[in-house]
Amino acid sequence: MTGQTMFDKVWAAHEVVAETPDTPAILYIDLHLIHEVTSPQAFAMLKAQGWKVRRPERTLATMDHSTPTRSEEFFRDLPIKVDAASRQVQQLERNSQEFGVELFGLRDARRGIVHVISPELGATQPGMTIVCGDSHTSTHGAFGALAFGIGSTEVGHVFATQCLLQRKPRTFAVNVTGHLSATVTAKDLILAIIGRIGVSGGTGHVLEYRGEAIRALSMEERMTICNMSIEAGARAGMIAPDETTFAYLQGRPRAPKGAAWNDAASRWQSLPSDRDAAFDRSVDIDACTLTPMITYGTNPGMVLPIGGAIPIRTDDAVHDKALAYMGFHAGDSMLGKPVDVVFIGSCTNGRMEDLEAAARVLKGRKVARGVHLLIVPGSQQVKQAAEEAGLADIFKAAGADWRESGCSMCLGMNGDTVGAGKYSVSTSNRNFEGRQGVGARTLLASPYTAAASAIAGKVCDPRTVL
Amino acid sequence: MQPITHIRSSTVLLPNSNIDTDQIIPARFLTVTTKVGLGKSLFADWRYLKDGTANPEFVLNQPAAQGSQILVAGDNFGCGSSREHAPWALLDYGIRAVISTSLADIFCNNSLKNGLLPVIVDVPTHRWLLAHPGAMVEIDLRALRLTLPDGTHTSFPLEAFARHCLLQGQDELSFLRSKLADIELYESCRH
Ligand code: SF4
Repeated sequence: MTGQTMFDKVWAAHEVVAETPDTPAILYIDLHLIHEVTSPQAFAMLKAQGWKVRRPERTLATMDHSTPTRSEEFFRDLPIKVDAASRQVQQLERNSQEFGVELFGLRDARRGIVHVISPELGATQPGMTIVCGDSHTSTHGAFGALAFGIGSTEVGHVFATQCLLQRKPRTFAVNVTGHLSATVTAKDLILAIIGRIGVSGGTGHVLEYRGEAIRALSMEERMTICNMSIEAGARAGMIAPDETTFAYLQGRPRAPKGAAWNDAASRWQSLPSDRDAAFDRSVDIDACTLTPMITYGTNPGMVLPIGGAIPIRTDDAVHDKALAYMGFHAGDSMLGKPVDVVFIGSCTNGRMEDLEAAARVLKGRKVARGVHLLIVPGSQQVKQAAEEAGLADIFKAAGADWRESGCSMCLGMNGDTVGAGKYSVSTSNRNFEGRQGVGARTLLASPYTAAASAIAGKVCDPRTVL
Repeated sequence: MQPITHIRSSTVLLPNSNIDTDQIIPARFLTVTTKVGLGKSLFADWRYLKDGTANPEFVLNQPAAQGSQILVAGDNFGCGSSREHAPWALLDYGIRAVISTSLADIFCNNSLKNGLLPVIVDVPTHRWLLAHPGAMVEIDLRALRLTLPDGTHTSFPLEAFARHCLLQGQDELSFLRSKLADIELYESCRH
């Protein structure tokens, strides 16, 4: 018998009822994360039926997507500018109270982007099943959890039963050999992976990132990798837990303590895929050959090494449409392209190490005239840590705009937008048309590249300033 | 939910691949707390000009597209954000089925839960549909069959349980709730 993959093990441990040809599996959900945008309709369903949240203790709520990032609005000295957003935030406050769900509300020091705070609290743990009405739930796979995004109807299913009906996805090994050079980040690696397998390459699969280059990554870097699994179309992304994982988790508020820690750690040690486990698909990537990456089009698969030229494709209407939207031409070099806005933040790159990377570039330098550099920490805890470490002072001295935590310009539904026709170098995860506001043109890159471009006032290879 | 057995309609085409849910409904329309009325925001940034009037170039605004219930889209339709507002907006607008060579996983799940039918076809059929905008086609959910105007047909796959629920007009949650005893047993064995 061949061995099991990590995914197989986590799946098997959560099967309440196995799948049959006629019915999907009933999968138990250990942790349900919710936020203000995708939960209201699910709470409304519960109310209409007169049901409770079945396991409120397995449910955590935060507000991040529509929350403002300006301190004045944030602390309600001023009203939230976007009226409907304010209603949505209040609705979550009421729903959480009515259904007994723990909420990290607007003024809570532990509030932040849902995928940043759950790991930070130690609530995200190896071997768990974790869902959220948000596609970037894949982030939590960095801990060896099976974590995936669901729609609002499924949020209602989890509320009512703590379970989901699921067909078992297939497995896909992403083997990354070698090592990343010092100026090439986890963000560059995941962009290169997406460029390689394509934006629908992972459809129907759970990716497992493996190999020495992955082992060498910190937890925050692993989260950056797993976060963007959905950008390859994958159901989820996972990385085997190891000493790095345990060291990150130990002592966090929601992590097991004392004897329970030892029990948990020994259980977690059995999670990694067996040596002889077979994957349905695989791809090999050599980390040594990678350079900083940047996107040029309107999906994350339209990506190239920063020194490269936009490919020339004949008879490709999608490519032509993307370049027309971006105002670029096939054959153009990305270096030197104009930049109006630089956004450093999001659940992809809004954690402490990302801010440290940005600070390394920005220290003692000034943001170019005419460029708006917006730096938004992923959580209030990240914000506080960055202020204590002096990073916020470096940012402000450079001329950056330093805000309260939230999704901010990652999706532009909270008042933070790039502006029509303007160019943004962004550390977020999606360069879709209008993602950062109507008409916004987004170039996805690492915090190094983003910060270097803010200084230069144009797209800049970070290796020239590091 | 109303049971679905057949959908017969002319098609409307959006041939680009990788149309993401931010295009289907941009984030600024997600501040709602209900599902109703999202149809007016469907493809908002393509459908309306800056001044808010209809963009005559966009396919949904063309006379031939009016009343069409079947959208033929490029590969990997519905990728990106998990927002269920995307199928809600399509349904509210009047689209009842999406035909493509592939759909993004979460979008496909969300569609099935709301009675928006995902129809995955082979490349030649897809190509034929793209070459014949407005073709009158019929989707038979019982037989899992798509019939083209000349009477030729092709079968399409659909997850068995989702198909059963759509045919019966049954909610998946009622099935899940019927298994609460199993769920309790699982919980008690684990803890
Ligand atoms: S930061 Fe962006 S990608 Fe992450 S949860 Fe918020 S909106 Fe989604």
